[in-house]
Amino acid sequence: MATIFLAIPWGVILILLPLATGMICFLWPKLAKILGVMTTFAIVPSVVGLGWQIASNGVYRYAIGGWSAPLGIELYADGLSLLMLAATALVGFGVSVYSVAYFERAAAVRFWPIWLFLLAALNALFLSADIFNLYVTLELMGLAAVALTALTGSKEALTGAMRYLLATLLGSLSYLFGVALLYLSYGSVDIAILATRVIASPAVWAALGLMGAGLLLKTALFPLHFWLPPAHASAPAPVSALLSALVVKASFYILLRLWLTIFGPLVGGEGVDTLLGLLGAAAVLWGSFQALRQTRLKLLVAYSTVAQVGYLFLAFPLAAAAGVTAWSAAVYLALSHALAKAAMFLVAGNLLRFGGHDRIADLDRVVQRLPLTAGAFALASVSIMGLPPSGGFIGKWLLLEAALAQGRWGLVAVMILGGLLAATYVFKVLGHTFTQADVPHEPNLVPASMEWAALLLALGAVLLGFLASPVLALVGIGDVFSASEVRP
Amino acid sequence: MNSWDAWIPLLVVASSLLPGLVIFTLSEDKMRLRTVLNLLGALVKLILVGWMIWGVYHGHHYETRLALLPDLELVLRAGPLALLFVSLSTVLWLVTTVYTIGYLEGSPHRSRFFGFFSLCVTATVGVALAGNLITFLLFYELLTLTTYPLIVHRGTEEARRAGQTYLAYTIFGGAMLLLGTVWLYTLTGTLEFTPKGFVSGLTEVHHPALVIIFALLIAGFGVKAALVPLHGWLPQAMVAPAPVSALLHAVAVVKAGAFGIVRVVYDVFGVESAAGLGVTGPLAAVAAVTIIYGSLRALFQDDLKRRLAFSTVSQVSYIVLGVAIVGPVATIGALVHIVHQGLMKITLFFCAGNLAETLGIHKVSEMNGVGRRMPWSMAAFTVGAFGMIGAPPIAGFISKWYLGLGALEAGQAWVIFVLAASSLLNAAYFLPILHRAWFREPPDAWPDEHDFGRKETAWMLLLPPVATALLALAAGLVASAPFSPLDWANLITAREFYRP
Repeated sequence: MATIFLAIPWGVILILLPLATGMICFLWPKLAKILGVMTTFAIVPSVVGLGWQIASNGVYRYAIGGWSAPLGIELYADGLSLLMLAATALVGFGVSVYSVAYFERAAAVRFWPIWLFLLAALNALFLSADIFNLYVTLELMGLAAVALTALTGSKEALTGAMRYLLATLLGSLSYLFGVALLYLSYGSVDIAILATRVIASPAVWAALGLMGAGLLLKTALFPLHFWLPPAHASAPAPVSALLSALVVKASFYILLRLWLTIFGPLVGGEGVDTLLGLLGAAAVLWGSFQALRQTRLKLLVAYSTVAQVGYLFLAFPLAAAAGVTAWSAAVYLALSHALAKAAMFLVAGNLLRFGGHDRIADLDRVVQRLPLTAGAFALASVSIMGLPPSGGFIGKWLLLEAALAQGRWGLVAVMILGGLLAATYVFKVLGHTFTQADVPHEPNLVPASMEWAALLLALGAVLLGFLASPVLALVGIGDVFSASEVRP
Repeated sequence: MNSWDAWIPLLVVASSLLPGLVIFTLSEDKMRLRTVLNLLGALVKLILVGWMIWGVYHGHHYETRLALLPDLELVLRAGPLALLFVSLSTVLWLVTTVYTIGYLEGSPHRSRFFGFFSLCVTATVGVALAGNLITFLLFYELLTLTTYPLIVHRGTEEARRAGQTYLAYTIFGGAMLLLGTVWLYTLTGTLEFTPKGFVSGLTEVHHPALVIIFALLIAGFGVKAALVPLHGWLPQAMVAPAPVSALLHAVAVVKAGAFGIVRVVYDVFGVESAAGLGVTGPLAAVAAVTIIYGSLRALFQDDLKRRLAFSTVSQVSYIVLGVAIVGPVATIGALVHIVHQGLMKITLFFCAGNLAETLGIHKVSEMNGVGRRMPWSMAAFTVGAFGMIGAPPIAGFISKWYLGLGALEAGQAWVIFVLAASSLLNAAYFLPILHRAWFREPPDAWPDEHDFGRKETAWMLLLPPVATALLALAAGLVASAPFSPLDWANLITAREFYRP
């Protein structure tokens, strides 16, 4: 039994299953809902299967069609990929359960096939072992995400989606130029092969600039975040959740992967990491301030994403001296943020359905009337603020530890200030959930599945606060983090 | 050590956590089930704590360890000091639960209230049992989060504002605490509470950093302990329902802050190392200022609960002062005051709640002749008030006696003046209340009277203050009996902080 389980190519299933069911949903719209939920549910045990394989056999490699790396396409998964796949599976399933009740029939027919394509693209991205495949999956993911943003067809949504489309195309194009440069100079697109061949040269610098700029744009790092708030705030709630939780993380993952293997060891000490750290710090502060200023919940949550993405980049300047701690912090923050932010957007969707608006000051006794939704927001907030016990706290603790050990006081101040600002903006919302609105309104019913989906995702972010040891042990498989410390 | 001993601290935490979580799911009308769950949890906790007191007295160790981070563990350890605070929380939780059931009868959202109430106690017990600084931090922040819904419980705009103020202070304090804790960890590589501290191994190069870390930690705890100038949230938080104020002031929030300061001085820095760094002097000065300032402000409050709130600001700093004096006798005074202040202050708040619920009295100026209408409540109030002033044989006298003696022993005579001035001020703001209540003529009609038949008020409101007043009296009368707070404070001091 166990050997059969270990022999199944889970990595392939993770890509082909959503692709296939996405097609079927497209062809037979009647099946869309049921097939969609079943697929996202099946993804969860598939990731567990892959995790088991990695835990028992080490890093996972699968040569598609039997052709291995230089010629064929190879799938590759280590602890880092596994973590991202797990986040995708969990958030994806939660959002799918939510979406069943959320979308009306007409919208559902369009939502499910695109979402399943997006899922296939995400899984393929996290399993890719070469920079060209990463480009292909990145582009697919971006297009699917834009399509989802435009789903409602409203003027606001189309404007947001158009900006998003331009940003994402520009980003992938820039990335593609970088890929071409590297391929031209070193004759390979395989990450492992490139890692052994690259030397400090103008071509590498140019490739780093192009790929980095493209990925930063797609990750929405300050000051390239301009497209994110309108796109995330105008999309339907489950779509916003997927975008903020997963899509933004995917481009961060590529950047992290390339930095760890190709660029970091080469140019780590030359100021690029400091620049990324500075931008991250600026993002934390700017995003938090903007979130604080918002009067509408979805915009607040979207700006909070801008801030939280900033934290991920604080790890770069710290990694040279404390690689494992800093990167563990970054991926733990990414994972916790994925769960917490998805929950927050789902909460926003519930409140929008409940009261017909998402004006923070006019929330009307939500704690009494939608206790599960209010609880979900509160639990997600704990992680976003970085308070214990939560995954966000673990990530912040590790990051602070790395910063303090190196005496990086600027970064320490940014983290502390960012936490205070986050507390200010989430409690601005929570405070108003207790009070009565000036104009009471007739509430609309929110289906239980929508409340529970948000609550369970938020609970996941809190429970991560107790799972740091096993999760970080799993992420360590493949030893990808320690490799990044600057070569002597 | 048998295998059960490793789980008892966790069970103590769970005995209020689980009922709390279940209560959230109950509908409003399931009053009986809610009450049973609450009382069951409180009794189980009481039994477990009693068991551990007996065990620790006879040299057993109770410790739960769970992995939290690769190199850090979640540690719950029932040492003597932890048990002092745990037993206070447990006893007062039971009493307050009874009171709250009576107080909230018929009011809305009780399931939510009792749910957060239980979580709040869970956090307090976790703070008490925490065996290292990160565990302490975890429960300390949990306490912030779980008390917030209690403070804004009424859902008015005023309550929301008070909640925001509370958070502004406590989140800031939490950030200072986090910074201090991580910084300390990068220097020492451990956060485990040890008698006599774990920083003495650091060389002189690190001393400036240690002083800053001490300041950060004290600032973090000082917010909840309401040290001046970090006390601003406390009087505002008075909009909360009376049982919340009672619990906040007597056990949960302010006491967690004071307890944190005790932990930092004794188990993180070690009292001698702290004195060597020269940080105890400033701490004593801050405590003295807080004692006097709180009393002075209390003098001018007409709102009864606000007067009591400023009194809390003043009284809690006795604990801090006793810690900062540096000496075994003062330490005993500080430790014993953790319990004594809790018993006396909770009595006073229960009585204030009774006056508000029964007669609609919120102000001191409305209290004329109230002693004749509610003799039992006011008798309990009188015991609490005299205790606060420090009159023998009530518990407060014992605290002040040991603090004064400890100050003289440590050669810090100035503390005597602070204590004397504070006692005078205490008398100045409590005696007029008692005079009004007992010796003035009652008005023709009370502001908002409720009828309870022949009784002065509901028995569930009356029993708790009478019980805690008796406990405060007993703690003073038979202070030298075995297992009294004073006896236990002696034991802690002898076994841990001033071990020969």
